[in-house]
Amino acid sequence: MTAVDAPEARVIFERPALLEERTTHYCPGCGHGVVHRLVAEVLEELGIGGRTIAVAAVGCAVFAYDYLHVDFVEAQHGRAPAVATGVRRVRPDAFVLTYQGDGDLAAIGTAEIVHAAARGERITTVFVNNGTYGMTGGQLAPTTLLGQRTTSTPLGRDARLNGYPLPITEMLALVPGTAYAARGSVATPALIGKTKVMLRRACEAQLEDRGFGIVEVLSNCPVGWGMTPVESIAQLEVVAATYPVGVLVDRTREG
Amino acid sequence: MIGTAPERVLLKGNEAIAEAAIQAGCDAYFGYPITPQAELLEWMARRMPEEGRAFVQAESEIGAISMALGAGATGARVMVSTSSPGFSLMAEGMSYMAGSQVPCVLVNVMRGGPGLGGIGPAQADYLQAVKGHGHGDYRVPVLAPASIAEAIALVPDAFEIAERYRTPVIILADGILGQAMEPVAPAYRTPPRHDKPWALGGADGRDPRVVRSLDLQPAALERHNEELQTKFREIAANEVRWAGERLDDADLVVVAYGIAARVARTAIARARDAGLRAGLFRPISLWPFPSGALAEAAASARAVVVVELSAGQLIEDVRLAVEGRVPTFGYGRTGGMVPSPSDVVDALRQAWARSSEVTR
Repeated sequence: MTAVDAPEARVIFERPALLEERTTHYCPGCGHGVVHRLVAEVLEELGIGGRTIAVAAVGCAVFAYDYLHVDFVEAQHGRAPAVATGVRRVRPDAFVLTYQGDGDLAAIGTAEIVHAAARGERITTVFVNNGTYGMTGGQLAPTTLLGQRTTSTPLGRDARLNGYPLPITEMLALVPGTAYAARGSVATPALIGKTKVMLRRACEAQLEDRGFGIVEVLSNCPVGWGMTPVESIAQLEVVAATYPVGVLVDRTREG
Repeated sequence: MIGTAPERVLLKGNEAIAEAAIQAGCDAYFGYPITPQAELLEWMARRMPEEGRAFVQAESEIGAISMALGAGATGARVMVSTSSPGFSLMAEGMSYMAGSQVPCVLVNVMRGGPGLGGIGPAQADYLQAVKGHGHGDYRVPVLAPASIAEAIALVPDAFEIAERYRTPVIILADGILGQAMEPVAPAYRTPPRHDKPWALGGADGRDPRVVRSLDLQPAALERHNEELQTKFREIAANEVRWAGERLDDADLVVVAYGIAARVARTAIARARDAGLRAGLFRPISLWPFPSGALAEAAASARAVVVVELSAGQLIEDVRLAVEGRVPTFGYGRTGGMVPSPSDVVDALRQAWARSSEVTR
């Protein structure tokens, strides 16, 4: 027996209870896992997991319901904000969340996201922007960078042929119904920490009855981008030159 | 209400359907303006907030059906309404509702097509409504009222069927039923609410629930589809509705639904005055189609005549029911043209003449 007292063991990192203990289907290095964890942590810290009704959107993250321990309804491609509106209007007691990718939100679902914001719908949108359609094989998305090669822009995105990257979150920030809009990133631990704060604010915008809240999260798609996970994380700095990280609007402090 | 006969009032079809939904306990309505059903949306816009219930004028019919999917997934009693082009836009959402088994009542006040078509009364969307509407392999009950009083009665029935079988239900009307006014003694009804152990409300104290249609495992999806098919067979067995008039001695069976049946009824009376024994077979559920009853009604007839406000859609189901045992003729008008009773009498006479040639 030694007389030395062992320092008391203290948990400093653990899996959030709202994150299922399960191996995900995401590709190695994919950012969705990080964003799932952030969502689970924020819901847990706000104590709203038990009254959350989330809307799963078509794309890689449609299976979010396999990993997040909350009620889910699966929307048609792009329609998650409208589905969330339906939930919101009949369940004023619920916390309503959509989790959407950039193809879903910024291409096929532009009408639904714009009008949810215009109505100031009390919902929170987690918008994961990886600049491509990951699930269908890495095609051009509205968010794809100029010059970026995808399976449907094999020579790179040409503005004349394919148009420009769509700054949809900036557009949504213009709308008075948007209480909070911000852009985070999974590029570094520091940015991940910042993103978590943004997610919390976007959730509080709903909880405080302020209006629509959205956080765009710049995320990597190593397979879709044809990069190693490490290269794809480094690429996020390039992405951030087109999509600057930061709070785009915060109307929750007004009035 | 027991003991008090409802007073007779003059009601417009669209508004009658809307009020019947409110009286049936509709919790949420989502819509988008389109003629000839806009009054339904307007009635809901005024009345739903009065009742403390949800109303949203959506950004599109796609938005409206999606909102209905979300609200329905929480177990709310939900209605959407539209007209033909909007009905097409709602097809995707309906398919998701069928797959993820979300109850909803969808009213389609049909116009003439294709494309933007016109706003006159038509039954141009029969096949679209009855044969599936959206993508995938599914069926949806379709109820077709022929009067405003019947529309009022079918609305609570539609909610009841939707919730009992966890399915969307379509009420198929036309521009006359939507726009016309009729004196009615509205027999409103509120169907009972049942437990919905699948409905979303937050996973507090229980395992999370997921309302979904996606399944990438072929074996599991086939099992799910088989469950749906079992349900469709159950609906087909239990929910057949039709009405017959003057069929007992009919040599000529006229098949028509909705407003076409009203014209046919007058034509049948005139044909009988002229010595032609005709009767009316009126499907009320277009799916499930009353095939067995129609086959029986037609068995002793010399001919069947289908009267529809489309170019030959209903007649496909009639032929499937009759299976070639009785000569079957079609009379269809399109584009918002409604035949007069004498037009229909002429069609009956021609069918009679041609059937005599066939049987001779």
